[in-house]
Amino acid sequence: MNRTGQPENNELVIAAELKNLPCVLDFIEGHLEGTSISIKQKMQILVAVEEIFVNIASYAYAPDQGNAIVRIEFSDEPVEVTITFMDNGIPFDPLQRRDPDVTLSAEERRIGGLGIFMTKKTMDSVDYEYKNGQNILRLKKSI
Amino acid sequence: MLNINKQAENGKLVIALEGRLDTTTSPVLEVELKSSLDGVTELIMDFEKLEYISSAGLRVLLSAQKTMNNQGSMKVIHVNETIMEIFEVTGFSDILTVE
Repeated sequence: MNRTGQPENNELVIAAELKNLPCVLDFIEGHLEGTSISIKQKMQILVAVEEIFVNIASYAYAPDQGNAIVRIEFSDEPVEVTITFMDNGIPFDPLQRRDPDVTLSAEERRIGGLGIFMTKKTMDSVDYEYKNGQNILRLKKSI
Repeated sequence: MLNINKQAENGKLVIALEGRLDTTTSPVLEVELKSSLDGVTELIMDFEKLEYISSAGLRVLLSAQKTMNNQGSMKVIHVNETIMEIFEVTGFSDILTVE
């Protein structure tokens, strides 16, 4: 632990590219190991992290490239994990996207927006802000 | 990482998945399904060893379900609790036949 009570190396700076998804997931998984988290919670967090990172990798800088910062923090009261994604790409609030209609049949289904929708449903909170030229998206989940 | 095991017999195809069906691995399953669904009337997806699924995996399942709606039936079996919850949240539990 460092001065702020957070594990060391709790921040990953990485090129926002799809091929780096396994690195991002390994980074988060590594920090979740040794916590009291259940397998189900861990899987929900990894799915959410995947959805957000894939979004950034696909849209934030297209057609150019840039970095994403992923930070993981733990708090004791309440016992929760916070994962923050930052990028300097186009301002984009994925939470503004309309939720998909999950009652439609297979033939009528449009798949867009499902990843963000799943993230909103499985995390305790998902917040977005645009500040100092940065997209900041924060996931919180009690563990 | 995703392992795909296929067993085909008289129009019945069982695909057992092991690992994670995510953005990185879903295209592999998509290609596999595209090349093996010809003449299949009964598709069974065995999720016993599948740990998790993201929206990329759901897309592939939806596309397989649409194909099978036109030529037979599809069933997903041995779904774990985490994946079942994802199916429920996304309405996929109504689209797919989950046993």
